[in-house]
Amino acid sequence: MAQVSITVNGRLRKASVESRTLLVFFLREQLFLTGTHVGCDTSQCGACTVLVDGRTAKACTMFAVQADGSTVTTIEGLATEATLHPLQQGFWEEHGLQCGFCTPGMIMAAVGLLQDNPKPSEREIREGISGNFCRCTGYQHIVNAIQHAAGGR
Amino acid sequence: MTSPVLPKLVGQRIRRREDPRLIQGRATYVDDIKLPGMLHLAFKRSDIPHGRIRSIDVSAALAMEGVETVFTGAQIAELVAPMPIGTAWPSPEHRAVAVDVVRYAGEPVAVVVARDRYVARDAADAIAVSYDPLPAVVDPELAMTGQPAVIHPAFRNNLALDGLPGGTGVSAAGVDDSAIDKAFADADVIISQRMVNHRLVPNAMETRGVVAHYEPGKGTMTIWGSTQNPHVMRSIIAAMNGLGQDQVRAIAPEVGGGFGAKINVYGEDFVAAAVSKQLGMPVKWIEDRSEAFVATSHGRDIIGYVDLAATHEGKVLGIKLRLVADIGAYNLLFTAMIPTLTMLMANATYDIPAIRVTVTEVFTNKTPTDAYRGAGRPEATYFVERAFDMLARQLKMDPADVRRKNFIQPDQFPYATQMGAVYDSGDYEKALDRALKNANWDELKQQRDAAKREGRLVGLGLAMYVEVCGLGPSAILPTGGWEHSQITVERDGRISATTGASPHGQGNETTFAQMLADQFGVPIEHITILHGDTAIVKQGVGTFGSRSQAVGGTALHLAGGKVKTKMAKFAAAMLEAAEEDLVFENGRVFVKGAPASGKSFAEVSAFAYVPVPLPPGLEPGLSEEAFFEPTNNTYPFGCHISMLEVDRETGEPTLLKLVAVDDAGHLINPLIVEGQIHGGLAQGIGQAMIEEAVYNSEGQLVTGSFMDYAMPRATDFPRFELDSTVTPTPSNPLGAKGVGEAGTLGSTPSIVSAAVDALSEFGVTHIDMMLRPEKLWRIIQGGRA
Repeated sequence: MAQVSITVNGRLRKASVESRTLLVFFLREQLFLTGTHVGCDTSQCGACTVLVDGRTAKACTMFAVQADGSTVTTIEGLATEATLHPLQQGFWEEHGLQCGFCTPGMIMAAVGLLQDNPKPSEREIREGISGNFCRCTGYQHIVNAIQHAAGGR
Repeated sequence: MTSPVLPKLVGQRIRRREDPRLIQGRATYVDDIKLPGMLHLAFKRSDIPHGRIRSIDVSAALAMEGVETVFTGAQIAELVAPMPIGTAWPSPEHRAVAVDVVRYAGEPVAVVVARDRYVARDAADAIAVSYDPLPAVVDPELAMTGQPAVIHPAFRNNLALDGLPGGTGVSAAGVDDSAIDKAFADADVIISQRMVNHRLVPNAMETRGVVAHYEPGKGTMTIWGSTQNPHVMRSIIAAMNGLGQDQVRAIAPEVGGGFGAKINVYGEDFVAAAVSKQLGMPVKWIEDRSEAFVATSHGRDIIGYVDLAATHEGKVLGIKLRLVADIGAYNLLFTAMIPTLTMLMANATYDIPAIRVTVTEVFTNKTPTDAYRGAGRPEATYFVERAFDMLARQLKMDPADVRRKNFIQPDQFPYATQMGAVYDSGDYEKALDRALKNANWDELKQQRDAAKREGRLVGLGLAMYVEVCGLGPSAILPTGGWEHSQITVERDGRISATTGASPHGQGNETTFAQMLADQFGVPIEHITILHGDTAIVKQGVGTFGSRSQAVGGTALHLAGGKVKTKMAKFAAAMLEAAEEDLVFENGRVFVKGAPASGKSFAEVSAFAYVPVPLPPGLEPGLSEEAFFEPTNNTYPFGCHISMLEVDRETGEPTLLKLVAVDDAGHLINPLIVEGQIHGGLAQGIGQAMIEEAVYNSEGQLVTGSFMDYAMPRATDFPRFELDSTVTPTPSNPLGAKGVGEAGTLGSTPSIVSAAVDALSEFGVTHIDMMLRPEKLWRIIQGGRA
């Protein structure tokens, strides 16, 4: 077992984990932050996307011990008490989700995208979320949602 | 009263009520459920497609710290009955965990119960199974000759269903070929083509999962499952485990997509329930993605031999369609039924004098098939629409004109088809014309021709579709074809409504609340839609076959009407007025023209639940239920147009344009409808262009992970161009037809036809999906498809 100290959604969390524990299982099983989902076992689907030190990361591709000392933001940490994040608002307004399973990862990926490129073109949005699968929407309303958050709709 | 009248919500693009929890990570899917003392299951699965189990050594697994126990197939067989089948045809015995013989790679052979998920998986890996391999049956047409092996001894030549006939001349008295033979004898042109509608993996983003909790003290079972139909799950789990339906509570919490693959109740569900009952502890099983690829049902996989007889003018005289369905190793709940839906829809949108279809279903050593979005209807659409396109090409006619010559006309509805369906309503030419107009068809043809003159390979494709939805009268569904709702005006005047149409992304909490808000004249915020829990929703069938609005929505509407009628009686007593003079508006009930003297919902409710004095002839309370049994299915339809370019150097196809006109009757929330169509289009385009479940000659699924199976990404699609026509159905009082599967029907053949059009200079008349660049490149290089 290894000791880790990770600041998750603004709160320092200390825990002991198996060295093979994936970051996503640490978040889900030990911190009960179940908004981050597991959609595959090969790092393709992006349902587990979180921010690690401000950059998007697939939490199924990292061990919890690799995040030791880092700052992690999950979907639960995105909204302030009173206000949804602009991307959450955009997904709501533009019907950017159906079953909702891919949504937390998709939103976190979009957060990373807009950090790097606040005014992306439609092509750039589609490329920016191409590491995230959605089986429900055909992506068009997700693109609209990200455009909404970027002030383009 | 000066407040404005609440706006009507039906027909409005309002944002969804489900979304706040989903966009904030506050929803509860099966894997988010944790119970004290919960144990975890992991399945040891066969890594060979066909073989006799010689031995299973579980000793290393049992020795691992944290492992509670291990069950082999023989031990599980003592706990649960064989798997149920939803169709009446003979079916081989199917055990939740294989007992003697494994019949597909991925079939469970043992199950580990452990205190931790990682340990359970480690222990499953430590189980050693040895097999005497048997030949793998992979090619369904070879399998029909009994080669290279017979999978189920009682099913000669691997035939699950041997040439079931339907259509013209087929009756209880026998089969009369004269009409179909005459159609082909009279033909000027005959088109014959073998087409493959290949196997797909449904891939809901949430894999399957189950938590089962048997409480020995009460003798009751609670089971949480990622299912489209918790009531079906309850019935089956109860029967399999020797419990009554009153003793089992099935809960579909948030469900992360289904697409048909979560209709079936699976072996893992039975095992979880049985193990929990045996051990008296809660158990959980969550499917890995790689596991899902082999353990959850696949879709499609039907070969169609199409023969189409027509005149020089493009009038189709007859269609013969011989279907060979590769159903995999076993029948699941609806496996056998799906290809019969292909048969049922072989008329497509056309008035054709003679049609003959035969269905053959073949066992192979592959994962079983079952429903996948569209479930039999996309296959029918594909075979018929591709054949129509081939006819247009041969006759050098515009593909739209060939369709026009053969449409069932609006005045022919209700239209009894050759295949035994009764199409409810339709105006196919209107949808075609709208699509041609929206696509600027003539201009697109000029663009295509101009591109071809530049040496580019650009093509256009068009397809009509009609599908059978709103399933359906109980006569065609072993689950029952009704839906149920109970609506209660609560004691504070708010409304709760249950629905058996258990959603998994369809937005029923929003659309159903829109309907009730209008029906009762109350703000939508005063309404809660309850679903997915058999302890709360007393009866239900589920969500599949694009039925939740047409059937589930109607049950809600009927129950709402009953409550409203009773509420009017109480209000009439309070207001000393006649019921028929009352108006429900702005959360109040009042005499028409006198809103100020009315009563609020809370006031009427307070009286209804403490009725002093009780008005004569009334029971207290405001809670009513309704079952809606539709008289017929619904038959939504539409037209999809594609424009596609193939790279001459690499063969890579790019979809440039997709125009869809869909007619689903009356729409409750057009925003949600658009989302449903987008999703269907994406899966239809995915099948045409990139998705394929590929088995090698040894019977191994070689596209068994997201690294190998091409799931569509955002970059794979253009912006879809949608529109709708509205032809209401008489099958239900809402006039709603259903829209969940529509997108998968027309898109697929329209794209393949566009690819054929793009490559027409190479003499190609048909290309089997998916449009792999290598395949197209070989055509460009002068090879064959």
